Amino acid sequence: MMLRVQDLAIARGGLPVLDNLSFALEPGQALILRGPNGIGKTTLLRTLAGLQPPLHGLIEGADERVAYAAHSDGLKPTLTVTENLQFWARIFGTGTIDAALEAYDLHGLAERPAGSLSAGQKRRLGLARLLVTGRPIWILDEPTVSLDTSAVAMFAAAVRDHLKRGGSALIATHIDLGLDAEVLDLAPFRATLPALDDFDGAFT
Amino acid sequence: MRALLVRDLKLAFRAGGGFGLGLAFFLIVTVLVPFSVGPQADLLSTIAPGVLWLGALLACLLSLDRLLALDWEDGTLDLLATAPLPLEAAVSVKALAHWLTTGLPLVLAAPVLGVLLSLPGPGYLWLVVSLALGTPALSVVGTFGAALTVGLKRGGLLLSLLVLPLYVPTLIFGAEVARRGAAGMELATPLLMLAGITLGTAALLPFASAAVLRVNLR
Repeated sequence: MMLRVQDLAIARGGLPVLDNLSFALEPGQALILRGPNGIGKTTLLRTLAGLQPPLHGLIEGADERVAYAAHSDGLKPTLTVTENLQFWARIFGTGTIDAALEAYDLHGLAERPAGSLSAGQKRRLGLARLLVTGRPIWILDEPTVSLDTSAVAMFAAAVRDHLKRGGSALIATHIDLGLDAEVLDLAPFRATLPALDDFDGAFT
Repeated sequence: MRALLVRDLKLAFRAGGGFGLGLAFFLIVTVLVPFSVGPQADLLSTIAPGVLWLGALLACLLSLDRLLALDWEDGTLDLLATAPLPLEAAVSVKALAHWLTTGLPLVLAAPVLGVLLSLPGPGYLWLVVSLALGTPALSVVGTFGAALTVGLKRGGLLLSLLVLPLYVPTLIFGAEVARRGAAGMELATPLLMLAGITLGTAALLPFASAAVLRVNLR
């Protein structure tokens, strides 16, 4: 069992957004999250990454095994592509960055400062960071924003390769990545707001 | 941890990193004091230890709002929080990097500026010793303040208001060591108090900073 979520309820800004959510993610499996804006995809991913606590429910197998990538890539504009990647490789205690540079075709940009890259190139560098973490579970929030078709193909290939090596991925995205992945629609798990008829109760 | 320290030092020295900002501020403040007080050497030498300490403290304050805010803006803090490095270690390293790029240059520049304020001869050694012992506490306390205000837009002023009262004990004992040193008086007690404050904050505050940061990242 890789990652198991049971009866999870999460909140954003103090308001519950998702409730009674249960799923499991096995090694070699990818799960695509779908749902309308505001349903709580990002909140769910942040909760699984350990950045915020759930309201209640159980998350098993996420500790120290998750690599998280969100809208911002955590890049330093004055460091070069290599320096940015090497920093994360050292923080996560893995050695080499060559495979990551290779997978996202960053060799030609290796000595450029990250601040001079285009939005799509920055995104590729941000995604390459996942490869140097060595973590088995990838948690990705809209990973394909500002990527062109060929870069999306690179990303899909990297995910496929990661799955083949026994990793797993949880991806919130709206485009078709051509992955052999299950889709989890979050709409049925939308939390219902507590009824307001006990309004006076708050003052007793 | 070393990777984070090396990265922070590199960032400080590269373009826009802000290295030398605090030092330049310290220089200007201490140069302005003789202009405002007037060329009375005996008065200047009396107030020199206090002025130098206050200048160093304000110079330290100047660079605090970049300490964590930049990492928060570009998402690095989120990623660091999910990394194997504990946040307590991360904030300690960031405080150390802040001291190396801000506090240490102030310590080294202080004797030169002491000449401008006609600091008495025996005062130089104790000025440097008191600053070397006291400025690490300014960085550690400042990191705590930065953790409290991370995520707030334009949190810089609030950060100063929060941190300055916490700087009071360090300022009192640090300036006292420098003053007694300049006057050639007995200074063991304030020196020990200063060292105690620095060691205490360095031991305890990283835990508070990390806890506050976790809440702020939610």
